[in-house]
Amino acid sequence: MHNLFEQLLDTLIVLFGVSTLVFLLLVMIPGDPVDVVLGESAQVADREAMRAALGLDRPLLERWGLFYIDLAQGDLGDSLVRRQPVAQLIMQRLPATLQLAGAAFLLVLVLALPLGTLAARHRGRGLDRLAQGFALIGVSIPNFWLGPLLVLLFSIQLGWTPVSGNLEPGSLLLPAITLGLSMAAITTRMVRSSLLEIESQPFLRTARCKGLSETAVMLRHSLPNAMLPVITVLGLQLGSLLAGAVITEVVFAWPGIGSLLVDAIRQRDYPVVQGVVLFIALSYVLANRLSDLLSGWLDPRIRGTD
Amino acid sequence: MRISAFVLGLWLIMAMAGTLPSFDPHLVSLPDILKPPSTSHWLGTDELGRPILDRLLAGASVSLLVAVTTVSLSATIGIIIGLLAGYFGGIVDRVISRLIEVFLAFPGMLLAIAMAAMIGPGIDNVIFALAVMGWVGYARLVRVQVMALRQRDHVLAAVALGRTDLAIMIRHLLPLAMAPVWVEASFGLAGAVVAEAGLSFLGLGIQPPDASWGGMIRDGVRYLLVAPHLVLAPGMALFLVVLAANLFGDGLRDRFDVTSRNTP
Repeated sequence: MHNLFEQLLDTLIVLFGVSTLVFLLLVMIPGDPVDVVLGESAQVADREAMRAALGLDRPLLERWGLFYIDLAQGDLGDSLVRRQPVAQLIMQRLPATLQLAGAAFLLVLVLALPLGTLAARHRGRGLDRLAQGFALIGVSIPNFWLGPLLVLLFSIQLGWTPVSGNLEPGSLLLPAITLGLSMAAITTRMVRSSLLEIESQPFLRTARCKGLSETAVMLRHSLPNAMLPVITVLGLQLGSLLAGAVITEVVFAWPGIGSLLVDAIRQRDYPVVQGVVLFIALSYVLANRLSDLLSGWLDPRIRGTD
Repeated sequence: MRISAFVLGLWLIMAMAGTLPSFDPHLVSLPDILKPPSTSHWLGTDELGRPILDRLLAGASVSLLVAVTTVSLSATIGIIIGLLAGYFGGIVDRVISRLIEVFLAFPGMLLAIAMAAMIGPGIDNVIFALAVMGWVGYARLVRVQVMALRQRDHVLAAVALGRTDLAIMIRHLLPLAMAPVWVEASFGLAGAVVAEAGLSFLGLGIQPPDASWGGMIRDGVRYLLVAPHLVLAPGMALFLVVLAANLFGDGLRDRFDVTSRNTP
């Protein structure tokens, strides 16, 4: 149990550091944020009201403390533009982002597991090269270019899918590919290399000597043992899906928290910017930690030492 | 590796050509709006009749400037911090390791977006935002390398001879720790190019009317139906540069055989 406690403490420290970093972002705004938002000709009363709303009338350390007291209560402040709590705005937009991230994650699994397995089985041959080429292109293609390319091909040339928004069926497909492709590429590489890494293990030789077919060896013995590093990478990606969704949502006008963030940046709605960044960053940390816990729990060698 | 070096060289030539006065990326020509590629405009014109080729070259200058500056800045900061942590160990190492952990726990692009949003757009701010997220990788690499190298005989000999800490770090540790740094820098170049273009795409990077590949893609998306070349040209340039930098990094990694060096 010592291990679990240590991990928990570690997670808390990282969460504390990450949220402090987000808090400091607001301090980094050059000049007076009130001037930036209201303009220099604003009324004194309005300026004071905004100063109080942003908490700028208090000393920095006190603001830092209040930030954590509010955070502990799930209070991320209020939007300057929409007159609504930031937490409420995030909750309204979250389902769309989760839908997109979920679809992209599914795509990663569907593409990367078979492709990585095939590449490892046909190491050095045509199929392997094809999968490696796909992985390299997938990693290198920027998603804000991939998105328009897919729209050009599938929506405009072929007319198969809607151009943007999330109201029609089929509108999820292109955003999911845009968001998921680079992660599918990274995961393909990971599945391939971790399968090749265990290739020389004695238990695989034993399985083959028992007369099992290559497919049976792959499904029953290789894949389960090669999954641990893959799960760690998938956990890392689950978090970066939320971050990557920012650009993808802008490309497809997808009404999730990514568009909320970019709209808020344009309107200089600082509390919303801070809230969304904090939300995504904390989700990212938690996703990583959960995948660490999961792979620790799945690995009998680690589980045994607890 | 040769092909990737060729593409990267082409990028350098394009970037230098972009600073020549014979190209004018700001030349608005209303009769030539959204023209497809032709002999007078090799890559066509954009929504203000500006020649795409000239804007592509200007964009190459911007991306090269941002990428090279970002990588040099991040690497310098990261190397110094990594050296300090790995060499001195103890409390210095524990504080720095925690800091590295916090930055690693932050999705890089999100941090850059958030910083650019707060400090405002512009080329200096983009470089600053990207360096803030970039130093961590170098620091982590150098720290691990130095920790592994610290007990080597030649280092112990230098300590016994009374060399200063600074001399040992720079003369005896850093040269041996550099191989993975070059690999990281190559991937970092690809990352910085994408990140600059991404920020500019979101309107947080290079501001119009200055040309940048990301900004060109953003403006071009509105005319996707009538003039797809607005998006295709800068996107292809961006994709090729990133692909080349990634391939170059793969090649360097194989050449230096970094993975086996990490476990001396």
